[in-house]
Amino acid sequence: MSTASTPVHTDEHYLSMDLLRFTTAGSVDDGKSTLIGRLLYDSKAIFEDTLENLERVTEQRGEDNLNLALLTDGLRAEREQGITIDVAYRYFATPKRKFIIADTPGHIQYTRNMVTGASTANLAIILIDARKGVIEQTCRHSFIASLLGIPHVVVAVNKMDLVDFSEARFNEIVAQFSEFASRLNIPDIKFIPISALHGDNVVDKSTRTPWYQGGALLYTLETVYIGSDHNHVDPRFSIQTVIRPNNDAHHDFRGFAGRVAGGVFKPGDDIVSLPSGLPAKIKSIHGPEGELAEAFAPMSVAITLDREIDSSRGDLFAKLNNQPVVTQDIEAMICWFSPKPLNPAGKYILRHTTRETKCALKTVRYKVDINTLRKQTEDVSVGMNDIGRIHVRTATPLMIDPYKRNRTTGSFILIDEFTNATVGAGMILWPDGGERAPTDQFADMGGL
Amino acid sequence: MSSYNLTHLAQLEHEAIFVLREVAAQFERPALLFSGGKDSIVMARLAQKAFAPARIPFPLVHIDTGHNFAEAIEYRDWFAQDIGARLVVRYVEDSIKAGRCQEEKGPNPSRNGLQTITLLDTIEEFKFDACLGGARRDEEKARAKERFFSHRDEFGQWDPKNQRPELWNLFNGRKNLGEHFRVFPLSNWTEMDVWQYIAREKLRIPSIYFSHTRRIVNRNGVLLAESPYITLLEGERYEERVVRYRTVGDSTCTGAVESPAATLAEVIQEVASARVTERGTRADDKRSESAMEDRKKAGYF
Repeated sequence: MSTASTPVHTDEHYLSMDLLRFTTAGSVDDGKSTLIGRLLYDSKAIFEDTLENLERVTEQRGEDNLNLALLTDGLRAEREQGITIDVAYRYFATPKRKFIIADTPGHIQYTRNMVTGASTANLAIILIDARKGVIEQTCRHSFIASLLGIPHVVVAVNKMDLVDFSEARFNEIVAQFSEFASRLNIPDIKFIPISALHGDNVVDKSTRTPWYQGGALLYTLETVYIGSDHNHVDPRFSIQTVIRPNNDAHHDFRGFAGRVAGGVFKPGDDIVSLPSGLPAKIKSIHGPEGELAEAFAPMSVAITLDREIDSSRGDLFAKLNNQPVVTQDIEAMICWFSPKPLNPAGKYILRHTTRETKCALKTVRYKVDINTLRKQTEDVSVGMNDIGRIHVRTATPLMIDPYKRNRTTGSFILIDEFTNATVGAGMILWPDGGERAPTDQFADMGGL
Repeated sequence: MSSYNLTHLAQLEHEAIFVLREVAAQFERPALLFSGGKDSIVMARLAQKAFAPARIPFPLVHIDTGHNFAEAIEYRDWFAQDIGARLVVRYVEDSIKAGRCQEEKGPNPSRNGLQTITLLDTIEEFKFDACLGGARRDEEKARAKERFFSHRDEFGQWDPKNQRPELWNLFNGRKNLGEHFRVFPLSNWTEMDVWQYIAREKLRIPSIYFSHTRRIVNRNGVLLAESPYITLLEGERYEERVVRYRTVGDSTCTGAVESPAATLAEVIQEVASARVTERGTRADDKRSESAMEDRKKAGYF
């Protein structure tokens, strides 16, 4: 059922919608951009002038079918080469939800963009060409989705029109993918047979797949449950900056500004400021709309305390009885982005929450062959787009949680000291040598 | 157990406030680019909230083409005073007089592109290291590729093919001397979100956003307001129409739309049923398929 044509304008409607961030992954020519174009087109999120422009450009290029891929390929170089180079963000809304799409390129050399798009996503759509089935790139994309902790995955088996909407072919691919995915850690996987080019099962259920019992893709996107995607158990709050108005009306105001990364904070709570360990009680919490009775992730607030303690940017508030690990030694999975390989003797800057520190990438334990999910321990040189497990030693302590428990306090980026480029992304497993270090063979890989 | 869900508008608000605070913390001399248009008004409102009860810890900066709508300029001055912010204005006219750039020729000379030079000069003059802009990714396809923290080299240029990956909420604002950042807290907002927020916050906006009578000329489907900076072509004439503006830019390249929407509720209703993008009224984007990408690479907003 299409719900997209209902206009989204009544205030109650609009102000009660929630937000789903999803990413799309597929290899070249899997029809990823076409699928997004189709979602936007059929949900009437494409405007007339954009469409006219599209028609004109399609005609200029001498192509027959409306080239919906041109909608997302925003850069000249992308249109020229007919490929997506960089993450493009797209927006549409139905009466149920607002959607942010991170459209990411499928090429191996753009793995870093897929990782980028995946880092904030609630859901990933992985496209498979029905003629080709599960290929190396499918495995890579699924592994990344799992590694980045995306809670929901939709496998869209595309180009069903080219296999005569065959149920047998669809089932074969479902079996192929399921076997591979059993080695990953993706809590929720759904399969949908589609034709992005012709619109089958994208917005409306297709009459050409009577054997398929599930909903169309848009219906799935509208209804997937995302209420528990944030951590509301472990209270974590990293200070961004301290607000001290120098005026008479608020002379004593000292607000610690930041974003709640986990759990729930309330006035009266006993907190501890880390790494100093100084305790205090929350006096008040100020949100964008005034004072709050409670604050939870991902709210931006300012917290005042009942006493003066020395805390500033980079420090973290937790509850006395629920604290993160404070450590300078971290085990992590990293994805390398830079054309310059990881230099084990080099110094990098590590940014974790609102904290920045120098670090050494001491030991590369292994690299992951992302097509076979095997660990490589012999050649551990980490180059662009490689994923591996490393031991990081930081110059100052970090307050960490495992990535699988908290995507905010469990993640970091690595910055080249000289070029300032972001060269890597890390997902924390646990402090080095910690007793709770995972033992399961794949627990530290896709199954973080 | 209570439900810890935020509506999408609240999520966007919290995200933008986080970005604004990162700018204040990571940079020494930020500035908020303020045009008096709806997006910069929303951004300034978010900045007020981000640092309340303190004042916004950076100045508002406007690059005045000299061809701006009077209503927007009036609003700009009122707004800065109302929130007690420092306002810096620099003029394209001065850049032309100083020989830094040349006025375009032809019947539709636009100072839109020239703003880039004045903007870069202003950044240099005040040594701004981060300029907050109200641009949104849904506006235009080159903007859809933007980062929240967008690096500019020492010539103010954007290199879209070599952007820093932006993961989670970890924004890398490190730079070398002479380089700067453009930061876009409203990246994930749509036109509708901006209007809904204006309604929710009961923000005052310039009168040209609402229906009024104006003398306009229809040039290639763009309804341009009567102004001394436009030369009528053969067969063209001004006529009175009931219009309003969806975006506020340079008057020589920002088109009006015919509209009876006189209240915020009516505007929202209209935006919800609009079938043309807001930049569809911008003649500057119609110059070529890559018009925005080219301008942005050079250092445009």
